[in-house]
Amino acid sequence: MTDPKRNKSFDSATAVDSEALVRTNIGWMLALAERLLRDRSLAEDVVQESFVRALNGLAGFEGRSSLESWLHRITVNTALSKLRQLNRLAEQSIDEHLPEFDRFDCRVELPWSHLASVEDIMESEETRRRVYETIGELPHSYRVVLQLRDIEEYDTREVAELLDISETNVKVRLHRARAALKKLLEPILRAEELK
Amino acid sequence: MTAESGMMRRLKGTMLRHMHGMITCREFEEFVLRYLDGELPSKQAKIFEWHLRICRECREYLAAYKRTIEIGIALLGPADESVPDDVPEDLITAVLDAREG
Repeated sequence: MTDPKRNKSFDSATAVDSEALVRTNIGWMLALAERLLRDRSLAEDVVQESFVRALNGLAGFEGRSSLESWLHRITVNTALSKLRQLNRLAEQSIDEHLPEFDRFDCRVELPWSHLASVEDIMESEETRRRVYETIGELPHSYRVVLQLRDIEEYDTREVAELLDISETNVKVRLHRARAALKKLLEPILRAEELK
Repeated sequence: MTAESGMMRRLKGTMLRHMHGMITCREFEEFVLRYLDGELPSKQAKIFEWHLRICRECREYLAAYKRTIEIGIALLGPADESVPDDVPEDLITAVLDAREG
């Protein structure tokens, strides 16, 4: 993980004041849990449970990673446990959104006369909302891999460990998730009015 | 698909499948992730890039695929560290109470 925000080190975990730790970190932890769960109420439960785990384990924190990285991983693990409890990580079919090929193994892809830029998308709150909702159309088992790898910047090995699946499976799911999301986003990406 | 475009696709597919140093679009798909991660050996990367030069469909597909990743990062990138305005004080209290309990 390369996020510089997570590179602060703490010499002594025990010196951290609990209330300060909660107030300093609860915002990004809640946002992280909500991104993974896509449910504010569940995210609040996960954050509460994550802090309980963290504060109970604080004495055992060895400082090999930054405190923030450690809290990040606890939050991710707790959110994934919640998704498992709700049986939302079971693999679901994503085939209908995958790239298509003809009988000559040629790609079937309509010509792109326009491809929206990141700036086009981010400019409008309505478009951002539509993209956010579209990401939510991916099955959880694929969306979570995409979020952990592309957004939260865990590497393939770390994602495999977090989800208890093989690295090959992580790569397959990541590629399919990206390809499916590309297809789902096409009405937005192709929209001329976003120019 | 018109008869003409069908014939062109058949021609393209046959060429990509049989010519030395070429890959089909379906094979291209298998390499996308490793190419973007920089994990393809240089010889395979060159074959991948050669396909990109000659295949409009894969070139445009890859551009949209990469744009999709960029948009995801822009939209859901790392959260701000500060406590946002909408973190309810009762959640903070509940967390601190749970610790003490």
